[in-house]
Amino acid sequence: MSVPTIAVMVPSQLVAYTAGATRVAAAGATVAEVLEDLDRQFPGLKFRVIDEQDRVRRHMRVYVGPERVADLRRGVSAGEELLIFGALSGG
Amino acid sequence: MSKAVQLLVGTRKGAWIYRSDADRAAWRVQGPIFLGHIVNHLVLDPRDGKTLMMAAKTGHLGPTIYRSTDGGETWAEAARPPAFPRAEGDRARAVDHTFWLSPGHADEPGVWWAGTSPPGLFVSRDHGDTWEGVAGFNDHPMYWNWCPEDGGTPDGALLNQVVIDPREPAHMYIATSTGGVFETLDRGATWAPLNRNVRADFFPDPYPEYGQDAHYLALSPAAPDRLWQQNHCGIYRLDRPSDVWERIGEAMPPEIGDIGFTILAHPRDADTAWVLPMDGTEVWPRTSPGGRPAVYRTRDAGRTWERQDGGLPDDGQAWFTVKRQAFGADAQHPVGLYFGATNGEVWMSADEGETWRQIARHLPEIYSVVAAPL
Repeated sequence: MSVPTIAVMVPSQLVAYTAGATRVAAAGATVAEVLEDLDRQFPGLKFRVIDEQDRVRRHMRVYVGPERVADLRRGVSAGEELLIFGALSGG
Repeated sequence: MSKAVQLLVGTRKGAWIYRSDADRAAWRVQGPIFLGHIVNHLVLDPRDGKTLMMAAKTGHLGPTIYRSTDGGETWAEAARPPAFPRAEGDRARAVDHTFWLSPGHADEPGVWWAGTSPPGLFVSRDHGDTWEGVAGFNDHPMYWNWCPEDGGTPDGALLNQVVIDPREPAHMYIATSTGGVFETLDRGATWAPLNRNVRADFFPDPYPEYGQDAHYLALSPAAPDRLWQQNHCGIYRLDRPSDVWERIGEAMPPEIGDIGFTILAHPRDADTAWVLPMDGTEVWPRTSPGGRPAVYRTRDAGRTWERQDGGLPDDGQAWFTVKRQAFGADAQHPVGLYFGATNGEVWMSADEGETWRQIARHLPEIYSVVAAPL
């Protein structure tokens, strides 16, 4: 089975990594793999979102479609979309 | 050598660089750099005179390190910023922010040290591009005693300083907000507490072996066996090889007290140091005592202190705080002193603290001020 390529929505906080792009594509069968591929394309991006214990950082949010993701092992399928948000982080 | 100075200012919302003329009279500003990023420390590498290292994060994004070799015009992100090893369970640590950066010893170009929150010691041997944890401290059998999870500041427990003996790169000190001061003689492989006679009045035993809150540690460049410490509980001096600190803050005026965040050693006179007292009474406002900011100087190793407030606000309505790494000195004759305040003002003295003038205002809350040759 081929590894799906899915659309990723990049928040404003991360466009410095993507040369301004807010929608990019990345490949992977799980959220973790998609994030790894994103990091290959845009070095450094993943660590700003996911800490060294594979936890989504406190003020970031990761969704697959409408579903909020906490466990990066969640599988993804072709046609799904990964959305990354900068959540509320105070003043 | 040029007499011009650059001030590297890190704030809660970005960094700024101020560059002086040869008289330290006129200042040009560059910035904001990384507007909106939380910059805990911005440091120049004295070994090459040009590399800038910045500890940054944002409200949303995780912590990282940026480097510039062109005076802050362009920046490169570290390929591997400080991060703890993978672990399981509730003791799986993640770096929240890098708080402190130290260039390594003069004989070790390319080496940098970093202190983080939660407390961690990290080293880079490739000019700050990749960082690794120093297991001798981070995985020390006593780590969770020295750095309990519920310790520390409102922004988290800190390994807030790394100080290197200029005579011996393997000899280092670190300061923490949860365990006090620690010393290594073998480049970080083994560590021992160095807190004798330093008070921790928030414990049943006020003089524990460790557990103190070491706000700031300064090594005297003129006499590297002399350490100055501004602690949560007073001002101290230690002359090695003794391991017993002396509370020199007892000589401060009682109405001012000896609480503060920072202490500065004179670059050439081993008996001279400056502190910036803050109100540590009752609920700990941590503001300028009486609303009247002042620097206090000792010129006799802490036996006596003199107030230096010329030019500082004197109307009793100045309530700022000066944080740990927001007080710096240049190495000119006379020494220039610089501090940044929580209200976004930068003040300088070109005469070793006698008179002060404001050189910037309206910046975000200032976290660090480093003075370096330009």
